[in-house]
Amino acid sequence: MIDQLLDSSVLIGIAASGIRLATPYLYAAIGETFGQRSGVLNLGVEGIMLMGAFSGFWAVYHTGSLLAGVLIALLAGLLMGLGTAFINVTLKAEQGISGIGIYLFGLGLSDLLFQQSFDSVVTVNGFPRIHVPVLSRIPVLGEIFFQHNLLVYIAFGLVPVAWFVLNRTTLGLKIRAVGQNPQAADAMGISVARVRYFTVILGAMLAAIAGASLSIALLNVFQQNMTAGQGFIAVALVYFGSWRPFGVMAGALLFSTVNALQLWVRTKGIDIPAEYASMAPYLLTILALVLASQRVDQPAALTKPFERGE
Amino acid sequence: MTPSRTLRLDRLLDLLMPVLATVVALLIGAVMLVLMDADPIRAYQALYEGAFGTKNAVADTLIKATPLLLVGIGICISFRGGVINIGGEGQMIVGGLAATALALSMPDARAEVLIPACLVASFAAGAVWGGIAGVLKAYFNVNEILSTVMLNQVATYWMIYLMNNTLIDPDQLTAASRIPETDRLPRQSDLPRIGGWLDSIYDWLGLGGADAARWTPTLLHIGTIIAVVFAVLVYVFLWRTTLGYRIRAVGKNPRASRYAGIRVKRYTVLSLLLSGGFAGLAGGIQVLGVRHRMSAEGGAIAFTGNAGFNGIVAALFGKLHPLGTIPASVLFGALLVGGNKLQRTVQVPSALITVLISLVIVFVVSSDLWSRQRARRRVAVAAAEPAASPGGSAAIEMDQAK
Repeated sequence: MIDQLLDSSVLIGIAASGIRLATPYLYAAIGETFGQRSGVLNLGVEGIMLMGAFSGFWAVYHTGSLLAGVLIALLAGLLMGLGTAFINVTLKAEQGISGIGIYLFGLGLSDLLFQQSFDSVVTVNGFPRIHVPVLSRIPVLGEIFFQHNLLVYIAFGLVPVAWFVLNRTTLGLKIRAVGQNPQAADAMGISVARVRYFTVILGAMLAAIAGASLSIALLNVFQQNMTAGQGFIAVALVYFGSWRPFGVMAGALLFSTVNALQLWVRTKGIDIPAEYASMAPYLLTILALVLASQRVDQPAALTKPFERGE
Repeated sequence: MTPSRTLRLDRLLDLLMPVLATVVALLIGAVMLVLMDADPIRAYQALYEGAFGTKNAVADTLIKATPLLLVGIGICISFRGGVINIGGEGQMIVGGLAATALALSMPDARAEVLIPACLVASFAAGAVWGGIAGVLKAYFNVNEILSTVMLNQVATYWMIYLMNNTLIDPDQLTAASRIPETDRLPRQSDLPRIGGWLDSIYDWLGLGGADAARWTPTLLHIGTIIAVVFAVLVYVFLWRTTLGYRIRAVGKNPRASRYAGIRVKRYTVLSLLLSGGFAGLAGGIQVLGVRHRMSAEGGAIAFTGNAGFNGIVAALFGKLHPLGTIPASVLFGALLVGGNKLQRTVQVPSALITVLISLVIVFVVSSDLWSRQRARRRVAVAAAEPAASPGGSAAIEMDQAK
């Protein structure tokens, strides 16, 4: 198995699919980073991803337009985000539980809508692979980095943008202030609620794109519960990446590469039982959380609803 | 209105809040039914009939409520202890696996030995699974919400592996279909049915006419009684023992508890240990009382029926009180059983029930805000009226307001 693995074409294949598979994690986890930096833990990412996956798929199936798919998925994310923000920010619900509610809502509703609107399994023509001119022809690197679909490139482009917004703009400063010390931020005249609404809705829209990246770019089908826990892993990746976009990206890549490796092992059907291979990403998350927890830079107000005058 | 009457009214409102949340969820469900061209009145009639229409329906509701109650009382312990256990699904699975493995390995044991041994094993397995998350939280600072979610997935794959390999029914190995499930467990491991006892009680009370439907043919098993007994015991444990008091103290205010000399980390682990144990027991009772074998057919959800999550809702519904969780579990059991009937009667996808339950969860956690606000008002009322409420209860009220 080891010498098979060391074959260069296999390694290139695993690296390339590692990058491709990182896409949904990246969108969801970068979005979740914004929410958590402002103090809101949205555990419902998984459900929002499913809604994004369904609505994007539905739109592409009916219009044939990929742009429509993305826009409809964004709209679904916006609505789910609005609801999530209302529950967590305005109604100050216990975030660990409301998240499970939002997850089940997305899980149930996406399945319900799918069964109502499609009679059989159908596929769509999703985002095609783009071979970046010149770059894609570089040996090895070209194959690994420059032969992906558009959503993959945007996902990676999002990382420096998120870093810039969080660390170099007034908006980012406000988000961090609200997550670190909402009382002080409030005293400075920042509306805690408005900032949190913004980050939660942004996070939900990105989560919806994460789902759509599965249904209209990576797999081009919709299935009940097709995200299979990726949304929960995305939440964990934010902890793993210490609430920093580049840390989150490192986590996402580590994860998706293990996943790609795991899928490869399964197709080979050797040595390791498939179920144990499937377990690997989750065990790795737990291990990663143990390592990440040694650093203590969690936003101080994470999961704590803001009450004025406490 | 006198202040004390306002107080009582507020308490009542507190208790009614979850009911109101359910009603709103059902109303939204009705709108969705209309959108799907189904008659909501007929649908909800079917839901009620399916849940309570016959003795068989009631029995099914109680059978479904049993794992919810067991998971729910565990949730009461963990939430009171300040830890959020989302790992009920995984804990149920390992509990079920432990009971299954033990029962299969002791085919000749007598029922009096086998059943308690299996139930203890399932509790222990669930406790270990929850305890892992507890140790990770207490000593490695790992968020328990995340670790329990991950442990759910690990348990699921572990179960699928065992069903396909180590524990698979030898007959399935050679069969063409090769269903990933175990052999039927030895008959002595079956939890006793309690329909016969109920009927003799009915007869003794003169209620069980010859024509009336009897309890005997129903599948109601002793697990339901076990769950109720444990609910009472957990209530006593949390409110009448030092250990339980400390768990609640740690949950309310870990820092103050530490100053008071309570070893906070140990109690965090203990909360998750017990919480996981009850979920594990729920899994064990599912195996011994309902399924009589473990199967990976239909995925983990076919085994747990989402009770690991729904148990949380039942506990929240019962205001995190073990005794309140009893009626709450019955309500959710009814929703699940009646939901099946609803789905068959008006031909809508079963996912509708998932949506309804998710709405209930969201409404219940959201309505907490009003409960908290009223609790704060109660403090003001209690403080203004020392005669009507003795100092002790005022202090408790104050506590709740935080």
